[in-house]
Amino acid sequence: MKGKIDLASGSGGEATKKLVSELFLKYFGNRELQKLADSALVNVEGKIAFTTDSFVVKPLLFPGGDIGKLAIFGTVNDLSVMGAKPLFISCAFIIEEGFDSEKLEKVVKSMAEAARQAKVEIVCGDTKVVEKGAADEIFINTSGIGKIIYSRLEPSRIKVGDAIIITGAIAEHGMAVMCAREKFFDKTPIKSDCAPVTDLILPLLKGKIELHASRDPTRGGLAAVLNELAASAKVGMMIVEDAIPIKPEVKYACEMLGIDPLYVACEGRAVIFCPESEAKKALSKIQKHPQGKDATIIGKVTKGNKVILKTAVADRILDAPSGLLLPRIC
Amino acid sequence: MFEGFRRADLAEKLVTRIKEKAKKHYKFMEVCGTHTVTMFRYGIRKVLAPNIELLSGPGCPVCVTDQRDIDWVIEFASRNQELVFTFGDMMRVPGSKQTLFSARENGGMVKIAYSPLDAVEFADKNRDETVLFFAVGFETTSPGIAASVKEAKKRGLKNLFVYSAMKLIPPALKVLADDPELALDGLILPGHVSTIIGSKSYEFLARDYKIPCVITGFEPIDVLMAIEALIDQIDKGEPSVEIQYSRVVRPDGNPKAIETLFEVFEPKDSVWRGLGTIEKSGLGLMDEYKEFDAQSKFHLKLPEPKPHKNCICGEVLKAKKKPEDCKLFARACTPDNPVGACMVSVEGTCLAHYRYGRERS
Amino acid sequence: MGIPAKIVEIEPDGMMATVDISGNRRRISIMLLPEAKVGDWVLLHTGFAIQFVDEQTANEQIKLLEELGQKDV
Repeated sequence: MKGKIDLASGSGGEATKKLVSELFLKYFGNRELQKLADSALVNVEGKIAFTTDSFVVKPLLFPGGDIGKLAIFGTVNDLSVMGAKPLFISCAFIIEEGFDSEKLEKVVKSMAEAARQAKVEIVCGDTKVVEKGAADEIFINTSGIGKIIYSRLEPSRIKVGDAIIITGAIAEHGMAVMCAREKFFDKTPIKSDCAPVTDLILPLLKGKIELHASRDPTRGGLAAVLNELAASAKVGMMIVEDAIPIKPEVKYACEMLGIDPLYVACEGRAVIFCPESEAKKALSKIQKHPQGKDATIIGKVTKGNKVILKTAVADRILDAPSGLLLPRIC
Repeated sequence: MFEGFRRADLAEKLVTRIKEKAKKHYKFMEVCGTHTVTMFRYGIRKVLAPNIELLSGPGCPVCVTDQRDIDWVIEFASRNQELVFTFGDMMRVPGSKQTLFSARENGGMVKIAYSPLDAVEFADKNRDETVLFFAVGFETTSPGIAASVKEAKKRGLKNLFVYSAMKLIPPALKVLADDPELALDGLILPGHVSTIIGSKSYEFLARDYKIPCVITGFEPIDVLMAIEALIDQIDKGEPSVEIQYSRVVRPDGNPKAIETLFEVFEPKDSVWRGLGTIEKSGLGLMDEYKEFDAQSKFHLKLPEPKPHKNCICGEVLKAKKKPEDCKLFARACTPDNPVGACMVSVEGTCLAHYRYGRERS
Repeated sequence: MGIPAKIVEIEPDGMMATVDISGNRRRISIMLLPEAKVGDWVLLHTGFAIQFVDEQTANEQIKLLEELGQKDV
């Protein structure tokens, strides 16, 4: 596609029809979407998980991903961590007048690839175009439906004594976006970890390994998720700082910029809570998956209500995030 | 490279040794904000209490910047005519009316600089734009700013100006040493300032005030080594200025950096938040470089600074009060809504206490 | 904050250099440390190399700490 997206493309007339068929149907094409009805009709039996998320990341493209890939995997992950198999996605675009069509095509193509990888179908969508200045290039909202297959994963199931596992190294997405935006480095190996976590979690449930809860540490990072779950489940946690996996290039970039990696977003990781007796089994199964090779047990659930970090010297509190987090990283 | 200085086994050893040696109550001050952060991040304060009491000093350049300086730069940015480059931390420090951050939201052109050279490069590439660099920092930072001004002169830049709120550490240490109420048993001296100024500038503290001093690194092992060294000095009764951070601090510091600094800047009196006016504790441009001086070129009318009436940042910076003594701490003044500078800066005492030191009920 | 960085390239004018911080690369000034050479470890602060980092001194210090307690008073 060449040229720029104009206001007509979003107004519902001929231009919109053209955009939908030449772009969205071409890449997302599936039977339900082709119908272009006012609503998609899908069959899902049993308990459904339903989630939504909007994506305003800047810049649109960054090492390891782009806004499109993020929009699909972000929603897929919100479903997966509840123990649901992600099935159907909707996506709505708000595009700034004058946005480059080629860039849009890149984003859409990336979303299609991500949907294929995550085995989900994009069954409905919407496009709006707003005047220049009313939006920053492109905003995407995705909503998702998943089916609870094996068991629900919920904070209320977390028990004192549970092991806490992280499926891989932290802080990569947030730092990748920050570095791409602010250009601190002339060259950096830091890449977003943007990926679906479905196959890190569902196979454990299928293999009848007991899991209690899981969460993906996005905005606010690992510290946010641990604090949220501790509050929801009314428990405490003890985390061993030296056990938390982090790549050296990410660690030292954080130090240089005065950023605490425990508060930086991941987009392809899950924090999993399971009984201590299941931890080894769960860990080894996760580690067999290429995305989970750095999975580690980082701590355990305790009595009380604080998240404590065990450092090289002594313990201290790991507080929930406060102050301005890194802006617009998802 | 510094990983060894974070080892748990060495930390355990040092903590045991310190506890065995600490036979009475010691009051040590860490001057530098980054030391305060290390103390908290690794639970050092708690594990060495109650015998060893650690006080936070005024070593946070953002925190000690006077309200008038902040107001001037914010006023300048609010004119929406010129571009202001600043270090990230200064963006959210509250001026009397607003912050640089809100000035930017209201149309002011404010950019965050990682390096003063960013301002020079920008000014060079955009000769028709007027660029102001808000120079804040201690001796770790000021030589780089001096080098940048030299570079600007070399390139013949006429559109770059510097507002200097930079400060020197040793004069502030003298003020602390002169305070009879403080009665410090030892000083944990700044590590990175010392890579520039070396150890000689501190000798007056041991010689004239008999205060044991250790120039300390920022890893937990560094801090623990320093505390043990201070106790040893006290036991021997021989105060001196020791270099613990030997892998980067040399007795002579960095002569080239000092030379560059004093080629461009000279000491002048400066107002510190909390400590008031300290003679020859700030830096002003030398005559040969006065063309870069923002205050000589731009004359702004500013109202009297209006500090928040319940903000006690000044007292906290002098270690007279703790953040927890402040009525606003963790209530009206939080990292999301900071009232004072000490809650904004990554080296701020109040922010460190908030992030790491609060015991939630 | 100052962090250790390794010099991997020095530009012909001897004023700017490229450093490596665990794989991240940045162009920085060595105006304050003109004797710096490729392979040196330096302390990086606001885009300037401000001092050399002596790895040997660091290692010796760690070694001494490891030996502490083995032949103590």
